Amino acid sequence: MSDPIPYRREEKGAQPPSLYPPYVSTVKRAPRQPLVLMPQTLSEVTGPVYGHDKVMPDDSDLTRQHKGEPQGERIIVTGRVLDESGRPVPRTLVEIWQTNAAGRYIHHGDQHSAPLDPNFSGAGRTLTDAEGRYKFVTVKPGAYPWRNHSNAWRPAHIHFSLFGPSFLTRLVTQMYFSGDPLIPLDPVYNGVPDKKAAARMVSRFDLEATVPEWALGFSFDIVLRGREATPMEH
Amino acid sequence: MSGQTPSQTVGPFFGFALPREGHEVLVTDATAGERIAIEGRVFDGDGAPLNDALIEIWQANAAGRYDHLDDRQEKPLDPAFHGFGRCPTDESGRFHFRTIRPGTVPGPGNTLQAPHINVTVLARGMLKQLVTRIYFEGEPLNADDPILGLVGDPERRKTLIAKRGNGKNGTYTFDIRLQGPGETVFFDV
Repeated sequence: MSDPIPYRREEKGAQPPSLYPPYVSTVKRAPRQPLVLMPQTLSEVTGPVYGHDKVMPDDSDLTRQHKGEPQGERIIVTGRVLDESGRPVPRTLVEIWQTNAAGRYIHHGDQHSAPLDPNFSGAGRTLTDAEGRYKFVTVKPGAYPWRNHSNAWRPAHIHFSLFGPSFLTRLVTQMYFSGDPLIPLDPVYNGVPDKKAAARMVSRFDLEATVPEWALGFSFDIVLRGREATPMEH
Repeated sequence: MSGQTPSQTVGPFFGFALPREGHEVLVTDATAGERIAIEGRVFDGDGAPLNDALIEIWQANAAGRYDHLDDRQEKPLDPAFHGFGRCPTDESGRFHFRTIRPGTVPGPGNTLQAPHINVTVLARGMLKQLVTRIYFEGEPLNADDPILGLVGDPERRKTLIAKRGNGKNGTYTFDIRLQGPGETVFFDV
């Protein structure tokens, strides 16, 4: 059996290090031994294909998961999932989670005093279409305080989790909103060494994605690791 | 060329979104293969358990075939096994999976890889995921495994080998230490 066509390695500067002391929790959770460089085998170039549960249409509309509509600014978040060659990643699972408009997660561990919203859970999922497109309807999340340092606030963000076509393309990231003054102060965002690469996590206000008299639109494309070359077809 | 989207931490508050009931159970009654359970805990550099980590696994079926288009081996797929599991750690840092012992799969060149499970670790305080592997104590093929062989220090190699549980049939223990004494080997893939 021939060796699999490998995926490109981590892009230097685009991926954060494990240890980034300004983000204090990394200090005790980052390995101190160097990672062991290994070749990519069949185990890595394959990966989980979605199929455990069915994705329901309302899973991607976070404003329709309860009896009433949630508080806050209704938004559409849409974009494409691509590989490094610009090819779409079709039929891949995209999972998101976020705070409500007041900056509070429904999670039991969130002790922020901002109110919960009985009409908002903040979790969604969808599959990309044949062109790699996805779309969520939600409300704009709020900023919230955390205890990383004195007077620390996370900028408004939506968590994204993606699988892509292989074990190597797994990506968990966060989407930010352009113009947020908290972004340059955020040690999670600043953990990405290359500032141009970090800016890829900032969504763009997109008038085209806006639905008149209903919701603002934001565009956020996501690029997963791509292959070194196209596999030969036999 | 497009640049990669950077990784960010999964944070502490994914529990209501990512884990689903039963995702730590990879088998049904119809699944072929030897049933095993894997239990473990995740620890930080102070030896404190992580109650907010997410462990994901990916593995071949009992015949040594991955349920994926890029696995073109002439081995049977198992319609009752897909090979993916996900489990958040609990208050004591514990995770557990019920699965089958995977078969062997090809390695680089003409090598054979010993049965193993691929592991992704995500948590608050981790800006990007860590990748490791679970091998099995008592497996003769471990001695020639091309990936285990990359780890020069035999003490470190041991961190990749799940130990047989005490008295419980088919139960293996695999603890993950992110830092410090007994630090788990993590891979750059």
